[in-house]
Amino acid sequence: MSGRNNSIWQALVSPVGRKVLTGLTGLGLVLFVIVHMLGNLTYLQGGDAYNLYAHKLASYGVLLYMLEIGLAAFFAVHAYIGINIYLRKRRARGGRYNTYKTAGKPSRQSWASRTMILSGVVLLVFLVLHLMHFKFGPGVAEGYVVAVDGAEIRDLRRLMTEKFQSPLYAFGYPAVIVLLGFHLRHGFWSALQSLSFTSPRWNAVLYALGAAIGLIVGTGFIIVPLWIYFSQFN
Amino acid sequence: MAKSMTIYLRVWRQAGPEAPGRLVDYTVADANEHMSFLELLDVLNEQLIHRGEDPVEFDNDCREGICGSCGVMVGGIAHGPQQRTAVCQLHMRAFKDGDRIVVEPFRAKAFPIVKDLVVDRSAFDRIIAAGGYVSTTTGGAPDANALPVSKEAADEAMDYAACIGCGACVAACPNASASLFTAAKIAHLALLPQGSIEAPQRAVAMVDQMTAEGFGDCSNHAECEAVCPKGISVHGITRMRREYIKAVLR
Repeated sequence: MSGRNNSIWQALVSPVGRKVLTGLTGLGLVLFVIVHMLGNLTYLQGGDAYNLYAHKLASYGVLLYMLEIGLAAFFAVHAYIGINIYLRKRRARGGRYNTYKTAGKPSRQSWASRTMILSGVVLLVFLVLHLMHFKFGPGVAEGYVVAVDGAEIRDLRRLMTEKFQSPLYAFGYPAVIVLLGFHLRHGFWSALQSLSFTSPRWNAVLYALGAAIGLIVGTGFIIVPLWIYFSQFN
Repeated sequence: MAKSMTIYLRVWRQAGPEAPGRLVDYTVADANEHMSFLELLDVLNEQLIHRGEDPVEFDNDCREGICGSCGVMVGGIAHGPQQRTAVCQLHMRAFKDGDRIVVEPFRAKAFPIVKDLVVDRSAFDRIIAAGGYVSTTTGGAPDANALPVSKEAADEAMDYAACIGCGACVAACPNASASLFTAAKIAHLALLPQGSIEAPQRAVAMVDQMTAEGFGDCSNHAECEAVCPKGISVHGITRMRREYIKAVLR
């Protein structure tokens, strides 16, 4: 044996380290999308609930910045390693198979697992547009302002309503979210497996949980835009 | 009376490592359901030899599913459609009369094609050489019961020891990863007291060698487990990762 590899950096860029990092950042991002989805649902409460929720978040100031920087780092690491794994895989195969099929269970190969790079890249592009449209979109200065209990706060509800009344947003957004659902379908279980939290006894449950998370997060995100779009015709 | 079958094969033919390869159509009219898939290739080769053509090269040895020499892609699946079966133990009764079957070599950059269906799997030997061994005393045979091993550990170690190193895991993996092979060896030895001496170095050295050979990353598709003729569980990969993390944090 050529001796121990002592460098933590080398360990992190090893096949095991890459999976651990992808899994850790992935689980962090799962937590983020769940919180984000629940936040969006406050829109359905009507009134000022959604604006108050957004205002409350913004009022965390430095704490929020720190969270956002952490989140951005998680996205960056997750995306970088994901793309890197895809490029490595292309090199590792060599020639192409004329015919390729899955052997079926216990394989967990699925449309979701095969398209992680596609769903991932779409989500990355979507993320940039999404931040431009909403987080860095028009705010108080542009007149998107509402008075709640005497305080003037950003009227994010109005921005959201306007955006999702257009069919491009109302249907483009759900299309991306469907890909997110598939990404989570494979990603949640895969993250647990990469972090070695799985065991043969629990695998079926954890794999099913991945499907449930994909479905619930997907549905939660899709409800609001469709609600807004179809409400305008009433 | 064995049922006679006609099988239409499309076989990858490649004259040498650098030669361009292509799929060639062959018809085997006198196959029967009792033949193994390799015997079908034998029959095809007899036809080719009679016609003065170059026979199809394929690796094989024991033909009883335990040596790990054989292995080709049959209809897009490593070792063919019947699970937990090496291609030498795959019988033609798994197919229907008139089936069209594509036969290709295991494909991975780290498994260069030698000729036709024969690939060079010595990358696996180098992974084993990097750490797939244990320290032991020389001299007389040790007392069989001198080292206590729990039933659970012995059973699970045996499940991983069943790996025959055929390379189907790499061939079937969408990423051409050798994680299941490497993990089977690491998990097998890590579960036993004999393997504990080198356990930390082994995990790191074997994973490093796997990387150096140019295999892809594991994406947890678990396709490897489905094609493994010995049904080795991807839980072994979990064990490999734990061993690796333990070694690094030590």
